[in-house]
Amino acid sequence: MTATLSFPDLFEPMIAAKPRKSQQRSSKQPKGGRARAEPATPEPESVPAPAPARSSKPRVRATAESMAAQQRDISVSEFFAKNRHLLGFDNPRKALLTSVKEAVDNSLDACEEAGILPNLTVVIEDLQPDRPSTAKQSRYRVTVVDNGPGIVRRQVDNIFGRLLYGSKFHRLKMSRGQQGIGISAAGMYGLITTGKPMVIHTRPDAKKRAHHIELAMNTKTNRAEVTEDQETDDFPPQRLKTLSAGTRDEAFLNSGDYTTGTSVSIELEGRYQKGRGSVDEFLELVAIANPHAQIMFVPPTRVAAEDQEDLPLTDAAKDTPDEGKAPPAPDIVAKDKKIDATVSNIEKDGMIVFARGTDQLPPETQEIQPHPRGIELGLLIQMMKDFEAANKGGGTLYNFLQEKFCRVSSARASDFCKAIGVHSRTKVGDLEPAQIEALFKTMQETRLAPPPTDCLAPIGVRSMLSGLLKGVRAEFYAAETREPAIYRGRPFLVEAAIAYGGELPADDTARVIRYANRVPLIFQQSACSSFKACAETSWKNYNLTQPRGSIPIGPLIIMIHMASVWVPFTSESKEAIADYDEIRKEMKLALMVCGRKLGTYLRKRTAMKRQSDRRDVFERYIGEIAKAINSITGEPAKKLYDQLLKEARKRTAMADAQLDEEGRTMKKRMKDEADELRGDEGVVMVENRASQPAQESPAKKDAASPPTANGDVVKLSKPKRKSKKKPSKNDQELF
Amino acid sequence: MAKRTSTSSRKKSVKQRDKTTLGKITDLAQGVATSAYKGRDISIAIPTRTRSNTVWNSKRGILQMGDAKASRELFNLNQAKQFMQTVLHGGSIKELIEAQKTLSLRGMFYKGLHTIAGTNSEKTFTDQDESDTILEDLEVSLGSLREELHIFAKKAGTMVGNITIVDNGDEIDCRRMGSGGYAVPSIVEEDVIQFKKVDAKFVLHVEKGTVWSRFNEDRFWEKHNCILTEGAGQPPRGVRRLLKRLWEEANLPIYCLLDCDPWGHYIFSVMKQGSISLAFESERLAIPGAKFIGIRAKDYEECELSDDVQIALTETDIKRANEILEYPWFIENKPWKKEIEHMLRNGFKMEVESLITKDISYVTEEYVPTRLKKKDWLD
Repeated sequence: MTATLSFPDLFEPMIAAKPRKSQQRSSKQPKGGRARAEPATPEPESVPAPAPARSSKPRVRATAESMAAQQRDISVSEFFAKNRHLLGFDNPRKALLTSVKEAVDNSLDACEEAGILPNLTVVIEDLQPDRPSTAKQSRYRVTVVDNGPGIVRRQVDNIFGRLLYGSKFHRLKMSRGQQGIGISAAGMYGLITTGKPMVIHTRPDAKKRAHHIELAMNTKTNRAEVTEDQETDDFPPQRLKTLSAGTRDEAFLNSGDYTTGTSVSIELEGRYQKGRGSVDEFLELVAIANPHAQIMFVPPTRVAAEDQEDLPLTDAAKDTPDEGKAPPAPDIVAKDKKIDATVSNIEKDGMIVFARGTDQLPPETQEIQPHPRGIELGLLIQMMKDFEAANKGGGTLYNFLQEKFCRVSSARASDFCKAIGVHSRTKVGDLEPAQIEALFKTMQETRLAPPPTDCLAPIGVRSMLSGLLKGVRAEFYAAETREPAIYRGRPFLVEAAIAYGGELPADDTARVIRYANRVPLIFQQSACSSFKACAETSWKNYNLTQPRGSIPIGPLIIMIHMASVWVPFTSESKEAIADYDEIRKEMKLALMVCGRKLGTYLRKRTAMKRQSDRRDVFERYIGEIAKAINSITGEPAKKLYDQLLKEARKRTAMADAQLDEEGRTMKKRMKDEADELRGDEGVVMVENRASQPAQESPAKKDAASPPTANGDVVKLSKPKRKSKKKPSKNDQELF
Repeated sequence: MAKRTSTSSRKKSVKQRDKTTLGKITDLAQGVATSAYKGRDISIAIPTRTRSNTVWNSKRGILQMGDAKASRELFNLNQAKQFMQTVLHGGSIKELIEAQKTLSLRGMFYKGLHTIAGTNSEKTFTDQDESDTILEDLEVSLGSLREELHIFAKKAGTMVGNITIVDNGDEIDCRRMGSGGYAVPSIVEEDVIQFKKVDAKFVLHVEKGTVWSRFNEDRFWEKHNCILTEGAGQPPRGVRRLLKRLWEEANLPIYCLLDCDPWGHYIFSVMKQGSISLAFESERLAIPGAKFIGIRAKDYEECELSDDVQIALTETDIKRANEILEYPWFIENKPWKKEIEHMLRNGFKMEVESLITKDISYVTEEYVPTRLKKKDWLD
């Protein structure tokens, strides 16, 4: 977090495009300058004589003057070109994913802001298909096409050709991107590894021609160098339609779906591999949290040879329907929920389609001013300076407080002025440092209404459920959206959802899928606040096994989403949410709500099983008893059997009728609880998945057995992956 | 001496006995059916065979079973299966009695064993232990002895000595049993075994076969005019009943030669006072006059044994010894208390075989004769 915050200071000059030669600033980083002077490859010949010789010839020490000669400004691009791991480009596999991620984030943000239902097409082309099988990596071309509002020509250079340029950094508004680094960094990585420029097609106006621009970033100046700039009718780019059988399809990239929009292509060195941390997983998770988006993904034809895993979440969702085959039969979901469970991800002809689950765009979010509580002194001073400058030295404190903060009413503004003993018409520029500090203190101590929350757009219970339903074949789903809360003066909101049972692996630890502003977080799980919240929640209360201080074990997927105007990431690559107490607490509360619902469901399931067990046990033995009694006394066995059966049923019914602590009978209580769950907006139960053999070892005859038609659909899934040891290998490479 | 009962009258009494047993079984089954028709709880009362339901009758010097009964119910998830098993075995026993045949415990397990109708593979009994327990339950709940139910255990225990018996009509001279001895059957009631000629003046019972062989090879029973028995550790009911009859009917004193460890002590206690799990049979099995002649804790010094014979007491041994000390029939018995405490002080146990370190026949020629002569034993 601190690193992120320091950027505005460090790089403000760059963004403002006012290159000041500030000796003071760059001198802070003399190492960077010196390091750059070093040759890229070691030159053993040029190494001076060995140790004894060195001692005889004393080294000339640097002087302030000679050091000054080396001290100079560092371009942000140079900095990140060198530290690309900070942005998520540490290894070829991750680089490929990060590039896709940045482009997808931008596309979704743009579509939503323009109120367009997103259509996204992600294409990864393998440019070295005939490389030797031992090659660890290859050259790929990543292309992401969206149907967003497009980009006006004059901004293309800035958006794609400069780091830390963007619309999202300075405002307090919920969006996926927030730093203005992502897509230009991906282009820079491509340029560094392949020397190829980014290719951009964009059509901001449906009635006009599109622009075709190719540009490369000059890392020294942090500016774009345009190599190709022309107008074209080629949007969406027709070239992509010739890649494979699937892409030749009418429905693929049809121009009707993409009247406006942007297409970005980046060539880069990468490694395409399936499984955890793959592009496939990322897109799958994006689809879950963004059910309003339709995403088509054309993966490269060739996968890194030694790793062939299916979609990590749901192998079952993979489906290869034959020509003319009926669509999968719908599962029996609580029908009154109006959640369409028939939508699922389809893979065919070398293309994966994540279908749209809802036509509802997330609500539009409002931009907000900072909240007085949680502001920092330095920032307050800076804000005052900016305000002073904007008003040409004339802004009053009263106006400043009213305009630049949220939740400061006129009365409050006067109160603040009074509290530090100045008149409300005092100019901001006239305040003494001591007065500013007093103002800051007062701000922190005063009770104010929490920040407005219309700046946050939760995914929502309904959408989370429909996202999980189409992505995961489980039997029980629950979701919860918390009320907004505040950390450091910034509003945030936590949502959680869980999917349980069905075809999820029963013996593994639960899978935690994390989102920040609807963007899946793939790496650094254990550093993430959400993961800690998961481990701190006591899942044992909800009938799950949980090793001490760890996440639970069972057929469970836990989804956590944090929405905020500013998500505190632990690093620029935005991989984990920083562990603020307020955030972790909200996460835990959301998980507990979901957990309680799961607990109710599991208890109900166990109770039903016990009840049928009882009936079973008695009815199993009375046949034997009747026969034995018959052999002893000659009592007619059939008559006795019937009588015993009657008694047995009566007893079972009586046991069922035993009252619980609230005076309800067991049956009534179970029914109540079931009704409660059924009537719960945040719960979906898929009954015909409840007794999958993978879940309960012996298929009980009384439990709802899957109808054959649905059973067949389930079995269409490809056989599970064969090798089990792969994930660990991946982990090693990824972390 | 054996009671003189004619074959015909014995047969008559057997018939009567079987009739009684059959009546009990029928009552039990009829009770179940009646309860079912009347909609009452369907259950079988089974006296509990636990320490808590064992009463020490100090006057008679035996352990007896208390009055506590557990109700085994059909409509109880945990008892339903056992209930079924009990009724099932009841049926099998009726069949046995009517056919005038006997079965071993293992035989009964197979007799009752089959797959329950309407289930995939659930068996009526999972193993013999389950079946054995049910049979003991039936014994106590019917108040009938095992032999009355026509069930026997496998033979364990040997006898040799100056006695002639009749076993199932065959005369057996226990002086001419070679090196193997006479195998004591499980059922030794009067109708099976009669004492024909008892010359012996006492019975020496040793813990196991190896020691018994030593005595038999040395013709100990001939030299000292006695009967020599062995019970393979904890003696089975057949051996205990036979000894009891020798003590009661032939008025022979019973001397025991057992290991000096908690298990040896407890074997003696079982022979003398009866056991917890078979407390209902104590009157038939317990021999209040039995005497313990060794091995004693003091023997290590008294017989000047070498260090090599010491076997350190394990934690379980110590725990068991303390448990035994807590039993009321040991608390009252001061000399025994001292004996066990002595052993605990020693910190080691000794087997009868440890005397072999002195001399191969030390135990037969020296140890036992001396002790008997000096009347050095524990009651």
